[in-house]
Amino acid sequence: MKLVIFAGPPTCGKTTVIRQILKRMAAKLIKTAYLKIDVLYADDDTIIAKEFGIPVKKIYSGELCPDHCNVVVLDEAVEWAERSGASYLFVETAGLCLRCSPYVENSLGVVVLEATSGMNLPRKIGPMLTLADISVITKIDLISQAEREVFRYRVLESAKKITVVESNALYGIGIDPIVKQILKTPDVEFPMFLRGNPPVGTCTICVGKKEIGAKNHFGVLRTLDQELFYVGE
Amino acid sequence: MDVNKITLFGGFGKDGSAEKVRKFSMTVGDIVSIVGPTGCGKTTLINDIELFANENTPSGRRVEINDMPVPEDFIFDPSHHPIALISQHTNFLSDLPVVEFLTIHATVRGAKNVESIITETLSFANELTGEAIMQDIAMTELSGGQTRSLLIADAVVIGNSPIILLDEIENAGIHRTKALELLKKYKKIFVFVTHDPCIALMSDFRIVMKNGAMQQLIITRPEEKNVVAKMKQIDDMMLDFRQIIRSGDELSESIFNENFKVLTF
Ligand SMILES: Nc1nc2c(ncn2[C@@H]2O[C@H](COP(=O)(O)OP(=O)(O)OP(=O)(O)O)[C@@H](O)[C@H]2O)c(=O)[nH]1
Ligand SMILES: Nc1ncnc2c1ncn2[C@@H]1O[C@H](COP(=O)(O)OP(=O)(O)O)[C@@H](O)[C@H]1O
Ligand SMILES: [Mg+2]
Ligand SMILES: [Mg+2]
Ligand SMILES: [Zn+2]
Ligand SMILES: [Zn+2]
Repeated sequence: MKLVIFAGPPTCGKTTVIRQILKRMAAKLIKTAYLKIDVLYADDDTIIAKEFGIPVKKIYSGELCPDHCNVVVLDEAVEWAERSGASYLFVETAGLCLRCSPYVENSLGVVVLEATSGMNLPRKIGPMLTLADISVITKIDLISQAEREVFRYRVLESAKKITVVESNALYGIGIDPIVKQILKTPDVEFPMFLRGNPPVGTCTICVGKKEIGAKNHFGVLRTLDQELFYVGE
Repeated sequence: MDVNKITLFGGFGKDGSAEKVRKFSMTVGDIVSIVGPTGCGKTTLINDIELFANENTPSGRRVEINDMPVPEDFIFDPSHHPIALISQHTNFLSDLPVVEFLTIHATVRGAKNVESIITETLSFANELTGEAIMQDIAMTELSGGQTRSLLIADAVVIGNSPIILLDEIENAGIHRTKALELLKKYKKIFVFVTHDPCIALMSDFRIVMKNGAMQQLIITRPEEKNVVAKMKQIDDMMLDFRQIIRSGDELSESIFNENFKVLTF
């Protein structure tokens, strides 16, 4: 089983890119399965099932960070994909947390970013970008050459070894090089491990404390001037 | 890599039949137009050029640079990307002030003298548009014509791209015949997708498209060059009329007739 994980902010074009890739995988008679992880709502799975007739699944992470949800369910998902006869599992996940990243060792990590989200985006999204293997920049048809170049430059500035692919995903432009990388993906190995280091510390807000102000919380905290301090055992 | 020549090998039209034009080349200094009705495949053709198509697009076309196939994993250093594509949809999204924005781009491009290259870019853009661009205005406040002008000037001067593809930019309030004359001074390959007879006839040659296929390559003959010189006069006359209306004046029959009399044919 080979695993390809697509992450990226909402509506950046993940599904559009994946559909272009699935078209090319189907032409090569490669069997695929698709898992969508989102927080509250998604219909990508039904769209993909209808268009390609492949096994699909969807999970809502609800109160969990989607990347955490990914960690919790991915082993089961790989088994499910295997049982349904696929040799590739494509996972589409919403990258909302920006502290975490969903990529696993021995898989291919693809971050999808839309060029229209502004030239500063590559500097803002942390491990979702820096731990990926490929960065697909979508919607290049909508912005100036200058902004495109700056965007690309800043992606490479944040993630020096990443492969940058510029795409107009509506027209399938730039998809072939991604497929080429996908075909070179190694098999997943069990037990699976998350790439990189998860974010440090426990967040007291995540466990339900609503009071505003550092004095009401514990763990790794900070002041408005970015001073970090620790309260607790 | 220096791009001196780009060659496109024909593939197939929408109905799968082979294109009549099997091959054409453009060398530095050429201005080429792509003409044909809406939906005939003009945008697809320049997309193929931008992609360095290698029989891997729906048209089956292939591109060579300097008479060599383009290496498959050709990933350009962003500061040396050889092609700039400007279309009707292309826009600036940044809301930075113009000079600040151009500074970022020039720096990414590794420009040696950022200040002088920005001055050159702005003065070029201002020759293309009727309304001068203020240096500290935000990019997003530029008018349609100013935006198109700056897109072109930025690609030509800062980007210094050897190949510039322009997809139907004529409706955007730039002085197009003047633009073409200015562009001719830069040693580049310009490809215009256009419905404008002036642009088409000011080109060195034009490709006629139909049903997704290149039908014909027409080299602009001297007779057409004479015709376009006359069309330019009509064009200038129309621009004068436009200026009169825009400045709040009225267009009398006598002004109209006077302008008409100046025509030399
Ligand atoms: N112009 C343009 N539009 C694009 C491109 N890629 C995607 N889109 C459009 O962007 C919108 C969102 O695309 P999706 O593929 O659904 O985005 P997504 O990342 O899967 O979104 P979520 O799963 O909802 O987070 C759709 O309307 C697409 O048609 C592109 O390269 N160019
Ligand atoms: N050679 C071709 N083979 C297959 N489809 C084509 C070809 N050329 C154009 N098309 C398709 O025809 C449609 C219209 O083409 P487009 O390039 O947008 O036309 P234009 O820019 O002239 O209006 C597009 O959907 C495009 O994919
Ligand atoms: Mg989606
Ligand atoms: Mg078009
Ligand atoms: Zn998280
Ligand atoms: Zn939290």
